[in-house]
Amino acid sequence: MSKTTFDANFDNLDEIRELVGDAARQVGFSDKEIYAIQLAADEASSNIIEHAYAGVKGGKLEIDLIISDKELKIMMRDHGKSFDPSSVPEPNVKADLSERKIGGLGMYLMRKLMDEVSYESSPETGNLLTMIKRIGDSG
Amino acid sequence: MEITTKQFKSCDMVVVNGRVDSSTAPQLAEALENVTRSGRYKIVMDMNGLEYMSSAGFRALLSSQRLCRRYNRGEIVLASVPARIQEALELAGFTELFKTYANPIDAVGNF
Repeated sequence: MSKTTFDANFDNLDEIRELVGDAARQVGFSDKEIYAIQLAADEASSNIIEHAYAGVKGGKLEIDLIISDKELKIMMRDHGKSFDPSSVPEPNVKADLSERKIGGLGMYLMRKLMDEVSYESSPETGNLLTMIKRIGDSG
Repeated sequence: MEITTKQFKSCDMVVVNGRVDSSTAPQLAEALENVTRSGRYKIVMDMNGLEYMSSAGFRALLSSQRLCRRYNRGEIVLASVPARIQEALELAGFTELFKTYANPIDAVGNF
């Protein structure tokens, strides 16, 4: 288990993807799965930076990576604004160009790319997003 | 990320290399705006050297595609899309919104 704290800044996305990619490689995921995990971690981090810390300077993003022989668990904690994931409507990925919505795509990709995505929020400990990817599961 | 733009008689080509994420997507959006602002709406995006693209890049493509397709004056087409990026585009339902070509020459031939 390793814990790393980043400044909530888009410039750190490269490093976040690298960190998560290294952990996924240790678990033994394929290159395709590693890309998917990195993309999910990027989308989650981007959402935190863009929405939880919208307009706030000095925000922190803590990432815990828990590696086992068959799964990777990514825990991301922030102390910004909380949100209700069920309030994010699933984008219609079959809509025409004119009706295609710009928002909600990050969350949609996270749910598609990972096996489990959960979110909890408390005033004391902040917001915690947990994502799990298992070896051999589709998704 | 690095972007170069080439102008052809029938279209413009935007060559994107490296990684497009929330940090670099604004540069991609700007490069596309530079083309459309000059009144050119037929664009080939050469993705051969693209290593990574998050939904921030997809959003830049989507808003530019809307602008280009308006009045049937053009469109953005994609060329040499790497497998991983193609899979993510499919997941997001974006392959329905963009024609894709195996290489830039075929893509230019579309216009």
